[in-house]
Amino acid sequence: MSSRPPEPSLAPAGAPEKARLGIWTFLATEVLLFGGLFTAYTVFRIAHPAQFHSDYLQLNRLFGALNTVVLICSSLSVAIGIAAIRQGKERALQRCLIITLLLAAAFLGIKYLEWSDHFAHGIYPRTSIFFALYYTMTGLHALHVMAGMGALTTMLVLARRGKFSAEYSTPVEITGIYWHFVDLVWIYLFPLLYLIG
Amino acid sequence: MAAYRIYFVVWGGLVLLTGLTLAVSYVNLGLGNVAVALLIASAKASLVALYFMHLRHETRLVIAFALFPLFFLSLIIGGTLLDTMFR
Repeated sequence: MSSRPPEPSLAPAGAPEKARLGIWTFLATEVLLFGGLFTAYTVFRIAHPAQFHSDYLQLNRLFGALNTVVLICSSLSVAIGIAAIRQGKERALQRCLIITLLLAAAFLGIKYLEWSDHFAHGIYPRTSIFFALYYTMTGLHALHVMAGMGALTTMLVLARRGKFSAEYSTPVEITGIYWHFVDLVWIYLFPLLYLIG
Repeated sequence: MAAYRIYFVVWGGLVLLTGLTLAVSYVNLGLGNVAVALLIASAKASLVALYFMHLRHETRLVIAFALFPLFFLSLIIGGTLLDTMFR
């Protein structure tokens, strides 16, 4: 954080500051919602290292990595869409929103395959503390993906009605910040659940 | 096109770091695995927050709003661990 003033030229339209403060305040509550689960994970991981080690090996880390890349791509398409509407490119924004929605659906599809595979092997939330945390954390995250898809769909409908332009893109900007947050949570869930044991 | 290029560069960095953290997870470093995985995750999180979420060009007030919950999160995790580890 240097002392230079913000560079308004880099955010031609953007959202007004009050809108940005609003979404970041909401995200603060989200950090604490997931934070409780991250705290539980840390406490139980320290208390049961052997169980965490044997359980995490049952997850397929390639699925986890694939889903990480899927979410990163979806974040890219949101960012591109916002950059496009800031230049007034409505069609590009619509295309980016559709790509993002498809990637979000792909993420949930892969998650569905993983969960059904666990169920087929008799792994349930009651199996162990690790899997109780695994299902709760990935489940809560999946709910956030669904909520994000709802918001992105709303943006797509509004974009098709021509509501957004280079001068006004606030709802898209704010939805984008929320979507990147969903990506952020997964960036931490992936190593904690799939990679370290 | 210039407006989009930075996003593609950041995306490339995120994909590379994902590959790196996956590769390192196959090497047994003991507790080092935890440190490396969390370090890489934090690098990726910073890239997303700074570029995709535009924090790099944000006002000081918005940056403060974004960082404040992390302070509370560290209090919650730190305080809980002080209780459970030294009980």
